[in-house]
Amino acid sequence: MEPINWHSFFFLLFGALTAVFAVAVVVTSNVVRMAFYLILSLGATAGLFFLAGADFVGAMQLMIYVGGTLVLLIFGVMLTAQGPFISMKTGGGEWVLATIIGGALLGLLVKTAFSVEDWQGPAAVAHVEGEEEHAAALPAQSPTSAPIGLGLLGVRTDKLDPAKAELAPGMAGYLLPFEIVSVHLLVVLVGAAYLARTKKRREA
Amino acid sequence: MAEFFIETCGFPGWLGYLVTGIIQCVILIHVPLVGAMFFVWVERKVSARIQDRLGPTRCGGKFGWLQLLADGVKLLNKEDLMPADADKMLFRLAPYVSFCASFAAMIALPFSDGWVVQRMDAGVFFILAVLGLEVFGVILAGYASASKWSLFGAMREAAQVVSYEVPMGMCVVVPVVIAGSMDLVTIANKQAGLFTNWYLFHDPFTFIIFWVYFTCGTASVNRAPFDLAEAESELVAGFHTEYSGFRWLIFYMAEYGSMFIVAGLASILFFGGWNGPIPIADWLGLSYAPGATDWQWQGFLGNLLGCLNFVFKAIVGVTVMIWVRWTLPRLRIDQVMTTCLKYCTPLAAICFLLATLWTLSGVPFINDIAPRGVETATAEPEEPPAPPAVAALDTPSEER
Amino acid sequence: MDLLTQPVGVAHFMAVGAVLFVAGAVCMATKRNALGVLMGIELVLNGANLNFVALGSEYLRRDTALSLGADGNLIALFVIVLAAAEAAVALAITLNFYNNHSTVDVDRADDLRG
Repeated sequence: MEPINWHSFFFLLFGALTAVFAVAVVVTSNVVRMAFYLILSLGATAGLFFLAGADFVGAMQLMIYVGGTLVLLIFGVMLTAQGPFISMKTGGGEWVLATIIGGALLGLLVKTAFSVEDWQGPAAVAHVEGEEEHAAALPAQSPTSAPIGLGLLGVRTDKLDPAKAELAPGMAGYLLPFEIVSVHLLVVLVGAAYLARTKKRREA
Repeated sequence: MAEFFIETCGFPGWLGYLVTGIIQCVILIHVPLVGAMFFVWVERKVSARIQDRLGPTRCGGKFGWLQLLADGVKLLNKEDLMPADADKMLFRLAPYVSFCASFAAMIALPFSDGWVVQRMDAGVFFILAVLGLEVFGVILAGYASASKWSLFGAMREAAQVVSYEVPMGMCVVVPVVIAGSMDLVTIANKQAGLFTNWYLFHDPFTFIIFWVYFTCGTASVNRAPFDLAEAESELVAGFHTEYSGFRWLIFYMAEYGSMFIVAGLASILFFGGWNGPIPIADWLGLSYAPGATDWQWQGFLGNLLGCLNFVFKAIVGVTVMIWVRWTLPRLRIDQVMTTCLKYCTPLAAICFLLATLWTLSGVPFINDIAPRGVETATAEPEEPPAPPAVAALDTPSEER
Repeated sequence: MDLLTQPVGVAHFMAVGAVLFVAGAVCMATKRNALGVLMGIELVLNGANLNFVALGSEYLRRDTALSLGADGNLIALFVIVLAAAEAAVALAITLNFYNNHSTVDVDRADDLRG
């Protein structure tokens, strides 16, 4: 038997967790359990990010998405999960239609993904009896977060000399989007706080 | 270790890795388990002395150190209660979510130079992120208990933990900025040598930031004076009111595990981690020779001393948390939020700014009295990757 | 057992991303609870994020020079941040709706129907 590629094994594990819990979110009708399955699904997605070598994005996913956005969602669920709203079922006809269209879309996406030769994976590993060979030319270690940090400041250390000269202006850093997103978050903070404020009762 | 099993003992490849993984998991899980036992004993003794009494003195001789074992046996034998209205699956799952979050943060916590389960480039970030996931166990426990006191306690605790993540993140960034890396092993190695190299003494703002971090860390693990989520006098027991016996024990282990991690993080970021006040290991020659790759007993012994040093510092940190708990009165929830938003966050932000300016401007301070000692042999994966080498991607990382 | 012995590629990650995306889309379409719709949105954004990270990874392709590199990770970062912002606003709207109509059933949100 060929030796197991542990990276693939863990990818299958986390991928299965993600997919199963995502489908569980759709199938459950209890809103609190839906939120819990969503947490597990997004946590497993963070694991997939780590497996793809994106340590920083994985940690960001755990901290911001799972630890921030989903806590917010759970708060919302707790505040509105009263009695009849915990479990609301949808009609059967809608389910059938959604499943058919969803299934068609899924088939299309998966087929397209597997049709590109370059995306099949690094060169298939050939195993000679008694020794292990690894795919050639894989990077020796995970990329550090320094290029990401510097990219956000406008310095692209990973694209110092672009292959084509006319593409150079497009390789600018992400400083402007970074500032825009900061202002965007401030606006969202103010807006959400205003929208969800407790209204003063008018005197009767 | 896996190679040892595969080559020396002749196990097939997958079995060697499996056994290695299991052994490392067992070693690591003893940290929260035995740690919880030890810390609860410390807490009971320290709190007893503060209250002018003795604490456990019967179980295990004069000092009662086996009291916790007896308590564990008692808790295992308790009746397993569940409220009738509770959501069964979530009620059962909640303690384990909390414990898993607390335990998963140990993946990135180094105990000595290179002694870390997975050396991550964004180690500090990962630990903060995973510690913030503990709040889900609390919320689920509060909701699934079908009791409004539990729900109140859970909501307050969730609000508290999430709010204190902000100043804690800012506090943690200061040593990261000084060290230039988020890798915990690198941060601690840069504080090698005499204790004057510790980041605590790098500039007065880092000194202030340490105290802010300690406050925020205490708040984020819900220890007094920030523990109204478990306030015995107000909410019965908050979110774990309905939990008894073994399930409560899991919550308790999660809490002490998190305390250990927060204290350990403080010791690495501010107190040099495994680098002692005086570099004994270097003076005795107990370090790896630079460039050596095989196992050397001197290096191993030096690392072991460092590990004991680190654990000692973390224990001191936890003892200070215990001491503070039994000394200060509990804060109300609005006082907790005020402390976070009006005191800790602006203080952390201002000190962060000034500490960065201090580092940039190059003003000297105590750190320069005795510059860093000998460079350790641990390779720092900060340089850009070497020309494409054969990757060892399918071998799980292991402790060196 | 080809999947276990051969290294996985971008296509495998995209397949998982496709499952997330379709689950999110079906969730958005079929749930009656407004918060359920919100969870569908989160799933969709995560499916897209998985795609970005997979295309940006250097380990998953035959020709590593074609990977997006830091661009993929940075775009995924921005998506995470913007998804958080959008979830906050959507939750504020939902809570406002709940305060005014005492229900989170989206089928009841038909005040503007002509």
